[in-house]
Amino acid sequence: MFNDVAIRLRGVSKRYYLGSPVGEGFKHLILHLPSQIKALRQRRPFHALTDVSFDVRRGECVSLIGRNGAGKSTTLSLIAGVLRASAGKVETYGRICPLLELGAGFNHQLTGRENILLNGVLLGLTRREVRQRTAQIIEFSELHDFIDAPLRTYSSGMVVRLGFSVAVHLDPDILLIDEVLAVGDARFRTKCFERMEHFRRRGTTMIFVSHDTGSVSRISDRVALFDAGRLIDIGEPGRIIDAYQQRSLAA
Amino acid sequence: MAILSTFAATQTRSRALVYYRDLVLVLLAKEFKVRYKNTFMGYAWSVLHPLVLALIFSLFFSVFVRLQVPDYTLYLMAGLFPWQWVSNTCFGANGYFLSNASLIKKVRFQRWMLVLSGVLNEAIHFVCSLPVVIGFMLYYSKSPEWNWLWAVPLLLGIQIVMMTGVGLFIGTCNLFFRDLERLVSLLVQLLFYLTPIVYTADMIPPGYTWLLYANPFAALIVCWQDLFYAGALTPAFLATAAAWSAAWALMGGCVYACKVWRFAEIV
Repeated sequence: MFNDVAIRLRGVSKRYYLGSPVGEGFKHLILHLPSQIKALRQRRPFHALTDVSFDVRRGECVSLIGRNGAGKSTTLSLIAGVLRASAGKVETYGRICPLLELGAGFNHQLTGRENILLNGVLLGLTRREVRQRTAQIIEFSELHDFIDAPLRTYSSGMVVRLGFSVAVHLDPDILLIDEVLAVGDARFRTKCFERMEHFRRRGTTMIFVSHDTGSVSRISDRVALFDAGRLIDIGEPGRIIDAYQQRSLAA
Repeated sequence: MAILSTFAATQTRSRALVYYRDLVLVLLAKEFKVRYKNTFMGYAWSVLHPLVLALIFSLFFSVFVRLQVPDYTLYLMAGLFPWQWVSNTCFGANGYFLSNASLIKKVRFQRWMLVLSGVLNEAIHFVCSLPVVIGFMLYYSKSPEWNWLWAVPLLLGIQIVMMTGVGLFIGTCNLFFRDLERLVSLLVQLLFYLTPIVYTADMIPPGYTWLLYANPFAALIVCWQDLFYAGALTPAFLATAAAWSAAWALMGGCVYACKVWRFAEIV
């Protein structure tokens, strides 16, 4: 309980079985039983993540970079506890707020205000705790005029603003951010980064996934470089970002 | 120090309880609002369906076929309302997890809460339809007995547990076999006719009465009919209903617990 590690990954691997034979449905399985059993035996796993180990200290901000499909989002999902590792161990200490997809729990029929309550509770707060923060959330999102309109009338930028506002007001110990800031306009992005700076000062642990090396170097203490499901290197932002750019050019 | 830490433990435990209650309430409120946001009639719809069925069946079976069941319309209502809950849960269960895919992929929370809130939603509808049943009872110069005070909550509890088990079972299986929906609708149709709803339990010939116990929902429906129509519960059916309820909860719970960690991958 009293250690200074917030997230610990030890030899973590994640395998998927692509094209699950039963995915075709029950009828298909019954009608093609022999070939289906054969397919089930021969299916090969896809290694999304192979033997990844690293620690994130309390209050640290670590960015994950790498090309598409390198394993960054899988790592985030494992830390968020949405996926379970096929091998190895993922340990987290503290309340996690995943921003894997802004407004993941939003319902487009409900109003902005109703969604704040819904999303806040889904992310781990009690109703009372969400209500105490509702005014601040609306304030931060700058959606006063639309907050009682159904979400389906919102633009995608507005949904992102609301999602981010809810997430950053939940006082998480660990914040996971998956390239969600690409959507908002420049002013709102600036605001988000200010908020992230604020979290850093307060000692919130952050994991940040982005392709934007500018914001990565600005916000992170360390950067982890992923490629083809492996952790290539982790360390000082400048050095790792250079290595990443070298690789991209080489490829 | 020890006292302090137990205090902290109860603090977090009571917060967890409050949290789970809030999660169910919020999901329940969501279901409710989404369901009725764009409809005028809301509540009326959920009552109308079994009501229309009851009228059709009573026309058909008491006027055309001339089944000899006294107060036949009331008898139909007593079975159709709880059956509506059963069939709504069986159909709804296909989507409890599927329709919340983005949530399951991105947020960690107790996924079975989705099923529970769906079932409670149906339970509320059922309770709201009780006045209609009472209305029909009064029309046939019957009235609720004192035993409702314990029997209604008891049967509600049995059905909530049973439906949650059914919901977990179907909801989980449907993630792996996406065409299960068709099979479920067929089975629900079949079970409807194997359950004494349009006919009475004592019309069943002696050789077939085992069906009442083998059918997972029959005993429960008979219990509701006993309560609304006959006025007193039959212990044998009550016990059977409770046993099926426990069996479903166990079965649904096991299937769910075995597979829940894969939900985010396959949904």
